[in-house]
Amino acid sequence: MLSALLHRSTTTKDMHPMARNRALTAVALLATATALTACGGGDSGGSDADGSTLTWWHNSNTDPGKAYYEQVAADFEAANPGTTIEISALAHEDMLTRLDAAFQTGDTPDVYMERGGGELADHVEAGLTMDLSDELPETIETIGSSVNGWQIDGQTYALPFSVGVVGFWYNTDLFEQAGITEPPQTMEELDAAVQALKDAGIQPISVGAGDKWPAAHYWYYTALRECGQDVLEDAVTSLDFSDPCFVAAGEDLQGLIETEPFNEGFLATPAQQGPASASGLLATEQVAMELAGHWEPGVMQGLTEDNEGLGEKTGWFPFPAVAGGEGDPEAALGGGDAWACSADAPAICTDFLEYLLSDEVQIGFAERDMGLPTNPAANDAVSDPALADLLEYRDSAPYVQLYFDTAFGENVGGAMNDEIALLFAGQASPQDVVDAVQAAAGTD
Amino acid sequence: MTPRPTGAHVAASSRGAAGAADRSDRSAAPARPSGGGRRRSSSRLSARTRTRLEIAFFTGPALVLLGLFIVVPVLQAVRYSVFDWNGLGPLDDFVGLDNYTRALGDTVFTGAVVNNFVIIALSIAIQLPLGLAIALLLNRDIRGRGFLRVVIFMPYVLAEVVAGVVWVLLLQPNGLVDAVVEGVGLGGLTQLWLGDPDVALGTVMVVLTWKYLGLAVILFLAGLQGVPEDVYEAAQLDGASWWQVQRRVTIPLLGPTIRTWGFLSMIGSLQLFDMVWILTGGGPANSTVTMAIYLINQGTERGLYGYASAVAVLLFVISLVLAVLYQTFVLRRDNEAAPKPRRAAR
Repeated sequence: MLSALLHRSTTTKDMHPMARNRALTAVALLATATALTACGGGDSGGSDADGSTLTWWHNSNTDPGKAYYEQVAADFEAANPGTTIEISALAHEDMLTRLDAAFQTGDTPDVYMERGGGELADHVEAGLTMDLSDELPETIETIGSSVNGWQIDGQTYALPFSVGVVGFWYNTDLFEQAGITEPPQTMEELDAAVQALKDAGIQPISVGAGDKWPAAHYWYYTALRECGQDVLEDAVTSLDFSDPCFVAAGEDLQGLIETEPFNEGFLATPAQQGPASASGLLATEQVAMELAGHWEPGVMQGLTEDNEGLGEKTGWFPFPAVAGGEGDPEAALGGGDAWACSADAPAICTDFLEYLLSDEVQIGFAERDMGLPTNPAANDAVSDPALADLLEYRDSAPYVQLYFDTAFGENVGGAMNDEIALLFAGQASPQDVVDAVQAAAGTD
Repeated sequence: MTPRPTGAHVAASSRGAAGAADRSDRSAAPARPSGGGRRRSSSRLSARTRTRLEIAFFTGPALVLLGLFIVVPVLQAVRYSVFDWNGLGPLDDFVGLDNYTRALGDTVFTGAVVNNFVIIALSIAIQLPLGLAIALLLNRDIRGRGFLRVVIFMPYVLAEVVAGVVWVLLLQPNGLVDAVVEGVGLGGLTQLWLGDPDVALGTVMVVLTWKYLGLAVILFLAGLQGVPEDVYEAAQLDGASWWQVQRRVTIPLLGPTIRTWGFLSMIGSLQLFDMVWILTGGGPANSTVTMAIYLINQGTERGLYGYASAVAVLLFVISLVLAVLYQTFVLRRDNEAAPKPRRAAR
């Protein structure tokens, strides 16, 4: 803690005074409750004055991704003599924590990941993120509509390199055992499948409600099915949730929860950590299905001893349609990761982003199954059949709605997830969810 | 005149003796070479300065650290708490006391305050008798005493996070705890230990007791070492039974230790964070949320740094008020008693 402080004080002179206040906030919050320990790690990042060094934070900290990005950086350095790229390959949660701290101290890496939505809006409002619209119009054109989630007032601030969608991952073996031949396409069929699985003595669905967002994804999807696209687009900007479709979404979800389809103790189940997590239960064949994003096969592989996950038994189907919903039953819920340059990054940063989104790099990215590429040139390079299916579904969807918590930002999104978790616990009504979101929006 | 020894005379003579010593002291000064007096007074001054410098030197670093990491952050938190601020950009949205009224009106926060007080009460109600009993037991000459002391104290030494993660694994549905409960024929009593809002706080209390009982025991054992042997002997000579000795002699003499432990326990319970964060994260359905967990959720998870600062200030004020009340009403006797022997010793 002291070394961080000393370091900070030596850099104070070239920091905006506001940045110092930000640096102290975390300390202020935590020192007040003195039992809590907190400390920003070492200050890496920061831009080099001569513009020849780029710091790059990413979350591919295991191979093949880690080695691939090292090669990408080396290739870029070779093509641009005099440029050095300093890579920090961080674990995902670590990266998020350190990015938060970096934004508060103003000591940001040059190239970093943006998840879009309200979080990006906050960064843009604080002047921390570079506007790429005039720098990279061709790349933005190539990526197409996927870039929407990273645009604010028509300006583009980050380039998505992987956009995935959420759906049900299921165990084809267990479905067969329960006599389910076709994946459910409507809520009624889902209810029937849940009953069939229960009758066969199989826990139907795992959900990591302990982490809240996996539970919230159910509500997002029922809202996506109940509400028209225009209503949703409106809500994201106006933060007005008075349309009755939002309450209907909660009622649909309540109906599903009442059939008790979830794993034992789901209120405390984590999303992805350990064999008792929602992903772990699916990977170890304790449950038949789980609602999750494109990351699920990779997560499951990490949770099984043979690193195979569910292997051949992995199946996928989209979230079912609800009867009488205004929303498009083909619409997908998803989100992704985008590369952004911090506002004070050297000019060569945009060249690097262009290279990261180039056909060449995106094809390599797809070949290694690191995600769902956004550059259409890389579509055929995806080798994993499950991911290839997902990519097809994504590209044929009329639109991909960004996860609501990301879209609305930490505050409203957090309040939304908290209240949806209470709905899962039977302690909040569909109306409560809407009220809580509306109340949080009022304080935003 | 017949000298009569009177009280006044004795007093005067003793005063005289003191006066003489004083005078001899003073008379020593003129005996020195001229100018010596000035030098002496200047050296006396410099001695005082030196003492001050010494004090500054030894307390300075501590004061600087205290200022940097306690005083300044607390003041900063107070400042942030009157703004609506997401941690980014300038502090320009002054909202006065809105953050405070919002926090006090939020049922999750008030629920957290209640949880904290429940934890304080239960910690003391459970750990005090249990800790005392174990300390009294381990103070007797029983076989394997050293080993038992280590066993009791071990959980306190374990890192919170490590202990928490182990407990989370044990408490999984169909985990080891369930297996043990079923193994002894109490299968009907298995619960969703961490997954049921009605049970989770109780589970957390059990783990907290396991974790912190060792501290109580070790403090009480240390206090027991300070109870002189002859008091026991006297009690035994008077025919007191073992129970009577404990109740009338040991526990009253342990008073200061127990009161100090109570203070530590109370402050620890108020600021409880790490163990609960690992076990439940405040859930399910906010049933185990504490003030510190609420504060971190609102601050770092929701990005409401202004609001979280207001919560931090509230937590600070609640802790401070309780600490002052405890110092004033419970620890006063000990505080008054404490400096006296030291003065006498000097």
